[in-house]
Amino acid sequence: MAIIIPSQRVDGKVVLITGCGAGIGRALALGLAAAGADVAATEMPAQLFLAERNAVDVEALGRRALVEALDVTDLDSIASAVAAVREHYGRIDILVNNAGVNIVKPAFEITAEDWDLTHNVNLRGLFFCSQAVGRVMAEQGRGKIINVASQFGLVGYYGRATYSASKAGVVNLTRTLAVEWARYHITVNAIAPTYTATVHNVVGRDDPAFVRELVDRIPLGRLGLPEDLVGAVVYLASPSADMVTGQTLAIDGGWTAW
Amino acid sequence: MGRLDGKVALVTGGASGIGRAAALLFAHEGARVLVATGRNEAAARATVAAIEDAGGAAAWALGNVARPSDAERLVTTTVATFGRVDVLLNSAGVTIPGSLLHDVDAAAWQHVLAVDLTGTFLMMKYCIPAMLDGGGGAIVNVSSVLALAGVPGCAAYAAAKAGLIGLTRTAAIEYAQRGIRVNVLLPGFVWTPMHAVADPAAADPSGAPSGEYAAFVASQVEPIGRWGTPEEVAASALFLAADESSFVTGSTLAVDGGLLAR
Repeated sequence: MAIIIPSQRVDGKVVLITGCGAGIGRALALGLAAAGADVAATEMPAQLFLAERNAVDVEALGRRALVEALDVTDLDSIASAVAAVREHYGRIDILVNNAGVNIVKPAFEITAEDWDLTHNVNLRGLFFCSQAVGRVMAEQGRGKIINVASQFGLVGYYGRATYSASKAGVVNLTRTLAVEWARYHITVNAIAPTYTATVHNVVGRDDPAFVRELVDRIPLGRLGLPEDLVGAVVYLASPSADMVTGQTLAIDGGWTAW
Repeated sequence: MGRLDGKVALVTGGASGIGRAAALLFAHEGARVLVATGRNEAAARATVAAIEDAGGAAAWALGNVARPSDAERLVTTTVATFGRVDVLLNSAGVTIPGSLLHDVDAAAWQHVLAVDLTGTFLMMKYCIPAMLDGGGGAIVNVSSVLALAGVPGCAAYAAAKAGLIGLTRTAAIEYAQRGIRVNVLLPGFVWTPMHAVADPAAADPSGAPSGEYAAFVASQVEPIGRWGTPEEVAASALFLAADESSFVTGSTLAVDGGLLAR
């Protein structure tokens, strides 16, 4: 019997990444490029300079890069960015829904504005990006969508009322889109990172007692890093995961295992 | 460069189905593989021959994972043959013909629990000290979507496979600080010889899915509408065994074409 070797590469595939500025978005752009993908790095207009830097680094890895402004809360912005990426590359094989915000406040202090912003970016924005790119993928008859959820979409934590609700929504939206779009050979999966050290939460991490409390909850004994997510995202984007859909994979050093 | 270069993998149930596909894939990625089988000696030899034909290194051993002395010997054989053990894939499993719970024979229940749950426990029990000696390792347990989704006629199998999730999580916590990661795969309906138990008419389970039973299952497996292949599960086992998942432990990963998403 022939040995069938599925590839853990994404050679020649086109990936669109939202929130592709610093932190997780940047690590995923470089990781997917190293695995062979051409990258469309999208960011909020004010953060576009970060996406430009990522594009330079993607090209240094020998892959093509495109930078587009994309505000996930604005449906017109989604439509024009997706059209521009498709026009440029002729296709979109992989969508990484990474754009997100996290407002950390006790539940009693959360305002309607806090709630709406979190849900507009993390859930509504993610859905409409998936819808726009999903249409392209359905026409192609193939595609891979990877949502960056959170361990706080699976378990609760202090100060995360609006964030955890939005991420739990992402986890179940992932299941529904997986079921609905299986007929187009679009797989839809999510990753659930633990508390990941990025430039976005430097301020939160200046409290040693807080960091100690987090690390004590992570059996592997350290905070997550953006690079920890690269292997899982490349796997989910590659032919290795063709039978995997609707899943949320925890990359949390064991936080949710106990 | 292989994703398991320099590593040694012990694969139970390595003679057929998911275990065989994983043994071939792990070897292709550079691991030296001990193919363990409970009774399928000829097929284990064939798996080893296929690995060697492809330029890999493998050996095989006979052992009933449900028996402590056998489980221990599979580990000592691996270490004696290849010097260490870095990856343990617990793929050995049995099932019994489907019947409603009140008709399940108590001895048959014990047999399924003994192989599918106790067997994995015993392999971990004896393998973990060897992994600690070598500085760490990765354990991948093969559970099933039946651990989470009820299907009539599968009481013993479902109970054993659900037990693997608790076993996995506990071990992940116990050994996280000592370099051993433990994760669990939940395959959906995958075309393997095990299905010949459910459907004796499935004459050639190593070929493409065929027969009434195969067609019925495929029609029920929403949303993907087809059987999975052992190779598709092996690819995910490889991800969990390799260093690219180095921050993943205690996780469950279904390879089921969306079955559990419904």
